[in-house]
Amino acid sequence: MTERSPRTPDGRPAAEQPRWRRDFPIDVEEDAYVARRDFAKYLVLVSGAFASGQVWLLVRSLLRRSAPPGPPRLVASVDDVPPGGALSFRYPTEHDPCLLIRRHDGAFVAYGSQCTHLMCAVIPDVAAGQLRCPCHNGSFDLATGQPTAGPPRRRLPRIDLDVRDGGIYATRVRLEAE
Amino acid sequence: MSGRRPPGRARSTGEKATIVYGILGVLLVLIVMQLWLLTATTNAWLGGDDSVVIPAALASVACLGLNAGLLFYLFRLE
Repeated sequence: MTERSPRTPDGRPAAEQPRWRRDFPIDVEEDAYVARRDFAKYLVLVSGAFASGQVWLLVRSLLRRSAPPGPPRLVASVDDVPPGGALSFRYPTEHDPCLLIRRHDGAFVAYGSQCTHLMCAVIPDVAAGQLRCPCHNGSFDLATGQPTAGPPRRRLPRIDLDVRDGGIYATRVRLEAE
Repeated sequence: MSGRRPPGRARSTGEKATIVYGILGVLLVLIVMQLWLLTATTNAWLGGDDSVVIPAALASVACLGLNAGLLFYLFRLE
């Protein structure tokens, strides 16, 4: 049995190779080695990208922790929202849509209005005590903002409210569970 | 030991390819771990849990250091 040549793709000796391959010989083993070494280089680049993402999260986290809470903002007056009604507003920035909801017992609650699954707008169903996401049938508990059904796994951001002098003020966003 | 490379003899391409395969295996495991770390940390961070961000960042940077070290070793084989 003849020994296979590692330098040709089919392992046959160079003399048995077609003419075109003898004219343009390629060292297959060397070629595979260089290709895998370059692949390793790109894997390290990918690793660098993941580490950069992690450091970016760390920076965002430190910025979030050190940012002072914004001043209270008047959202609506008490009379603007009847029991069972809802009103949309934006807090703390213009890019953060929120919902102010008055439950049937008269209490006010407010949540970020983007579903924590894929950011669709949630719709309050005050009678059922739920906030529903129509995109994937997710739902959240109206009293706590915790997910109760569907794909969402994180609670809705809760907006702390201060009701005084007939006005409803948003004071802070709470992301974490109580 | 008979299988040992005598000092001064350069590694053959076949030997180097075997080392590259071994290193590629380790790199892939570390990168999958980094991907999992990033996914889990992002999920926790979006949910308001900041406590995992620092240890996860340290672990990910350590993985990057290991990967870069392995790549450095690979290029020193030349």
